[in-house]
Amino acid sequence: MTERLETRFEALKKEGRAGLVTFITAGDPNPETSLEILNGLPGAGADIIELGMPFSDPMADGPAIQLSSQRALNNGASMIRTLDMVNSFRERDDATPIILMGYFNPIYRYGPQRFLDDAISIGVDGLIIVDLPPEEDDELCHACLTAGLNWIRLTTPASDNNRISSVLRNSSGFVYHVAITGITGTRSAEIGELEATVKRIRTQTSLPIAVGFGVRSQSQVRDIGRFADAVVVGSALVNTVKSALEKKLTKRQIASKVHDFVTELATGLR
Amino acid sequence: MNPVVPITDSYRSGPDDSGHFGIFGGRFVAETLMPLILEVNQAWQQYRNDENYLADIKYYAEHYVGRPSPLYFAKRLTEHLDGAKIYFKRDELNHTGSHKINNTLGQILLARRMKKHRIIAETGAGQHGVAAATVCALFDLPCVVYMGETDIERQAPNVFRMKLLGTEVVPVTSGTATLKDAMNEALRDWVANVEDTFYIIGTCAGPHPYPEMVREFQSIIGRETRDQIMQYENRLPDVLVACIGGGSNSIGLFHPFLDESSVQIIGVEAGGLGIDTGQHAASLTGGQPGVLHGNRTYLLQNADGQIRDAYSISAGLDYPGIGPEHSWLHEQGRIEYVSVTDQEALEAFQVCCRTEGIIPALEPSHALAHVIKIAPTMSRDQIIVMNMCGRGDKDVFAVAEALGETL
Ligand SMILES: Cc1ncc(COP(=O)(O)O)c(C=O)c1O
Repeated sequence: MTERLETRFEALKKEGRAGLVTFITAGDPNPETSLEILNGLPGAGADIIELGMPFSDPMADGPAIQLSSQRALNNGASMIRTLDMVNSFRERDDATPIILMGYFNPIYRYGPQRFLDDAISIGVDGLIIVDLPPEEDDELCHACLTAGLNWIRLTTPASDNNRISSVLRNSSGFVYHVAITGITGTRSAEIGELEATVKRIRTQTSLPIAVGFGVRSQSQVRDIGRFADAVVVGSALVNTVKSALEKKLTKRQIASKVHDFVTELATGLR
Repeated sequence: MNPVVPITDSYRSGPDDSGHFGIFGGRFVAETLMPLILEVNQAWQQYRNDENYLADIKYYAEHYVGRPSPLYFAKRLTEHLDGAKIYFKRDELNHTGSHKINNTLGQILLARRMKKHRIIAETGAGQHGVAAATVCALFDLPCVVYMGETDIERQAPNVFRMKLLGTEVVPVTSGTATLKDAMNEALRDWVANVEDTFYIIGTCAGPHPYPEMVREFQSIIGRETRDQIMQYENRLPDVLVACIGGGSNSIGLFHPFLDESSVQIIGVEAGGLGIDTGQHAASLTGGQPGVLHGNRTYLLQNADGQIRDAYSISAGLDYPGIGPEHSWLHEQGRIEYVSVTDQEALEAFQVCCRTEGIIPALEPSHALAHVIKIAPTMSRDQIIVMNMCGRGDKDVFAVAEALGETL
């Protein structure tokens, strides 16, 4: 298993704080700007990076992430380019864990084994493939774990204890708890309920628990960081890209807008 | 309903317990959706053979939908083509004007048993949307139909029909604003409304158990056809022909005949402007296997696995995928899948109006175009059954435009 995730979570534990997981879509709004955003994330305060692999039909995502995928695809995003991006990032940062997140079809077309081989060799640390539930573990999960990549899954407010235990089987790295019933970037969770659910999941696993969906402000990050091991912010970041684009900012300016926002969020955990 | 036989012994025994037809089908959905899918499957397995449930479906099918639909000998068309005897299975005479209501009826009666109080659906042409809106009015359940903005423009009469029936039609602007995006949006609604909502999918696609469930509801078409043709001809037909969007009317006609080796079965996909133009909706003829909307099946996609937009003059065939069972039957070689262009379908549409006094929907006009190709090559004692799965009232504006007439 690649060790960056484990090392990072151990370090966070020593520091006595939760980590910030930032989601951006690879190639959004274009390859150059996206790479500039990616490269600056650790410096801005991101502890773990989730990089979205764009897909035309992201059925579990809300409008913000759909649009970011669309912008990326309109500007030439592809699986090869996403992997290239990780490759250039790794040349300057060998410590920050990178998780690729997306849907199965682009991987299926690329070739699952070829994808795993390439992902390992360029320094990817784990995968979240939204539309591969435990019922479809033969598709990629087993091969992924065998190859030494982390397989990260989602739990939801609707997962009962039985379901949580099926989800945890063959999970590694961390558990991604979806705070709300719904899609990314919509409602926000009620904090008390969320804390109770995270406690319930903890009784079933020793893996770190990250919480995401609907998290968009420093105060939410701070509140969730009190009981979760990591907090994920996605839609709010790609929305920052969108509004920076609408203001016709330059590549450098767009990247700084995103980095400033990440720093603001990260401060909530320090 | 179906005897449990290993999939290798019969073409009718799929899917397996996890929803696979060979490598196709399955449950490729987000964890957020999984509890819902499992709940639907549990209810479906519980009720599929329940006497009371089946009696309920039968009652409404007879008294409300108007089943059985006639199997009609198209005498003038047969004489015109001077070949095989042509029968139409007249599901266009169903209440609401297409086969879609066979499915919405079965699903809403299941939703009621599951105590779901809100219905959602996706629609392309609006036929499924109207059929869903209709049963929601009948059973007094609120209904939200997702429809691509592009489709809303070209199917205005069906949009108004749904509104009259008390349904809220939500325009979908994401992606390419057509049927596939409407389905994405309905799935998004569903995960956000876990407790009270039932999703009525309109074709034999989606995650398990939908492909199987929809097939079972639509198989009434084939079962009636079997009884009727035995009564009229005292033998099975030689050829079955039906059009394919997602594949529900066709699997409904075909499924009861799959193990009859004497029956040749042909599915007709929408060839649009021609397969080589790339402007078509023929997933089997022009696509590759992939994963979308919860199942593995043939899809129109680019080399990078991004879904391509489908195109057809017929909004009901305009979907970049096809039900997984068809993908399996295609690879097994049991069914032959062909395609027909917009132009050929338009010509068949007009032939049908003039020889039979039936204005067909543009969808079955594709099936008819293929019948027109093959009937003259067959002998007069051979029999073709074609599924006339919808009536053409909804299409008269599109046809007028294509023929250069202003209404
Ligand atoms: C009349 C009619 N036929 C066929 C179809 C295509 O769907 P399917 O292939 O599921 O029967 C539609 C879809 O809207 C339709 O309205």
